Amino acid sequence: MAEFKEVSPNASAGEKLTNWFENRFPSAFSAYRIHMSEYYAPKNFNFWYIFGSLALLVLVIQIVTGIFLVMHYKPDAALAFASVEYIMRDVPWGWLIRYMHSTGASAFFVVVYLHMFRGLLYGSYRKPRELVWIFGCAIFLVLMAEAFMGYLLPWGQMSYWGAQVIVNLFSAIPFIGPDLALLIRGDYVVGDATLNRFFSFHVIAVPLVLLGLVVAHLLALHDVGSNNPDGIEIKGPTAPKDAAGHPLDGIPFHPYYTVHDIFGVGVFLMVFSAIVFFAPEFGGYFLEYNNFIPADPLTTPLHIAPVWYFTPFYSMLRAITSEMMYALILCVIAGALLGVLKGKLAGLFKAAIVGGAVVVSALMLAIDAKFWGVVVMGGAVIILFFLPWLDHSPVKSMRYRPTWHKYLYAVFVIVFLILGYLGVQPPSPLGERVSQVGTLFYFGFFLLMPWWSRLGEPKPVPQRVVFAPH
Amino acid sequence: MSDSPVDTSKRTWIITSGCVGAVGAGFAAVPFVSSFQPSERAKAAGAAVEVDISTLKPGEKVTVEWRGKPVWIMRRTPEQLETLKKVEGELADPQSARTAFPTPEYAKNVHRSIKPEVFVGVGICTHLGCSPSDKFQAGPQPSLPDNWQGGFLCACHGSTFDLAGRVFKNKPAPDNLEVPPHMYLSDNKLIIGEDKKA
Repeated sequence: MAEFKEVSPNASAGEKLTNWFENRFPSAFSAYRIHMSEYYAPKNFNFWYIFGSLALLVLVIQIVTGIFLVMHYKPDAALAFASVEYIMRDVPWGWLIRYMHSTGASAFFVVVYLHMFRGLLYGSYRKPRELVWIFGCAIFLVLMAEAFMGYLLPWGQMSYWGAQVIVNLFSAIPFIGPDLALLIRGDYVVGDATLNRFFSFHVIAVPLVLLGLVVAHLLALHDVGSNNPDGIEIKGPTAPKDAAGHPLDGIPFHPYYTVHDIFGVGVFLMVFSAIVFFAPEFGGYFLEYNNFIPADPLTTPLHIAPVWYFTPFYSMLRAITSEMMYALILCVIAGALLGVLKGKLAGLFKAAIVGGAVVVSALMLAIDAKFWGVVVMGGAVIILFFLPWLDHSPVKSMRYRPTWHKYLYAVFVIVFLILGYLGVQPPSPLGERVSQVGTLFYFGFFLLMPWWSRLGEPKPVPQRVVFAPH
Repeated sequence: MSDSPVDTSKRTWIITSGCVGAVGAGFAAVPFVSSFQPSERAKAAGAAVEVDISTLKPGEKVTVEWRGKPVWIMRRTPEQLETLKKVEGELADPQSARTAFPTPEYAKNVHRSIKPEVFVGVGICTHLGCSPSDKFQAGPQPSLPDNWQGGFLCACHGSTFDLAGRVFKNKPAPDNLEVPPHMYLSDNKLIIGEDKKA
């Protein structure tokens, strides 16, 4: 047991109370110091650094509104749709709680996509922050599962057919697929059993995993320290420090960034409230119109599309036709040839590459394009996990990368947005071609990164962060 | 803490008991994972469905529910049956030879049905399980090729099927629409879910 600290008998009641607690629960006080009052964050954060805090805020909104929705919602195929309408019409202020939850889901993805793009811009995933990035990608993946399962609960047409399509993705896996899909659905078609288990996952299992990952993400971040728009380490051995050993380019998170983030929260809540009150359906993008029709297992709506935040990946799924498979096989062969001719690898390793490419090409011919569509869609998310090892640029931040890197990132963003747009459109021959090109670009961007990120002359990186006091 | 070295014999037992514990945890997971399987009630549901098709006019289609899935029964016109031969070259599996959704022997023919005009098929796309919509009108229209002869379009991912539920080439769906086991009890009485073999 630690030493008991004594305060002077003349101290104020507040000081005595604090001392009483500090002697009995010191870890709360040290946690406050480590994560708030003595967590030094770089002083040159710009507006891109607001989205982490905002993601935490949206998480809280989702948990709180979710708790209240569960009080009125009924996870039963016969009652679910009506219970959501009951919340909307009869529960006092139920409509507001529900719209906050449905808008919160889209807001979560807006904020998380921007947060991830910030990481991409400033190289925040680079050493020593690989695990911070990996936990973040895991949060993104789990968030997708959470959103997907939550979308089934209103039991509308889009809920039903969306779940039908996504669960059937798993049945495309050779050999185990059909049984796996059966295990997920708990019935031969999406039904009451599916709704009940998705409810359980959505309100208990996945949020617990999500919270655990958020804690890991933040602890790992606070261990290695935040990156900044200049990509310079403010806590490194050569970084300038004051007499107490605190970085000169850092400021304590509290009060500086708490105040900064509260401003961001204010702006965010203005936009959020405007959507909740004036456009909760957001033109059919946040709440799809077909979802106001109760689920009907006998008719698929004429046009079904996932909610906007899944559409870039959904486009990539649709892009994989049997024709596209030949293009992909060519890519595999070209990749293997490049690895053998250009790679500085041992002979055995090169033989393994050739063998692997032959096996993969054979499988690509043997197994249906449908399965590979699923692989591509999953791979588009999984590839993000490997970003720390794909980027070989000598500098972290976009600010000091060759100018053409900026254009390349701009094209990447545009391609991602186009893929997202095509994902909400009905299938068309032109859209299919464009999404195929987009899919190849998306994967090329990441898979060729070890090559292109080394090219070009980086600009000189300053010793201290660039910061102009306002 | 003593300064004596690690007792390796104890470590062996720690590893052994750890492994035994892991096996126990594996066994404990069985009931939980098993509970994901369809319940006995879900397995019991799925009785055969009887349909009277006497009122079905040529060119009409009805949908009935069998095992929670839509089953289509369509009486095709002679002109519609003609189109089946025309499109044969554009199909992925015109002979229904693939085995992922095995076509029953009695439907392994060009019209994929027992009676040439009456098509019975599960209206669930073999790609990802949407229910395709009717596109019986021939000719160019959105999402369809210009030489469209009439058939079904799955709006989800653009797979197209002819009027015998056969999938066109180079579409996301790999298989023809499933033909459920079915037989005629009388000329106009159809039972879906049972056939003569069963």
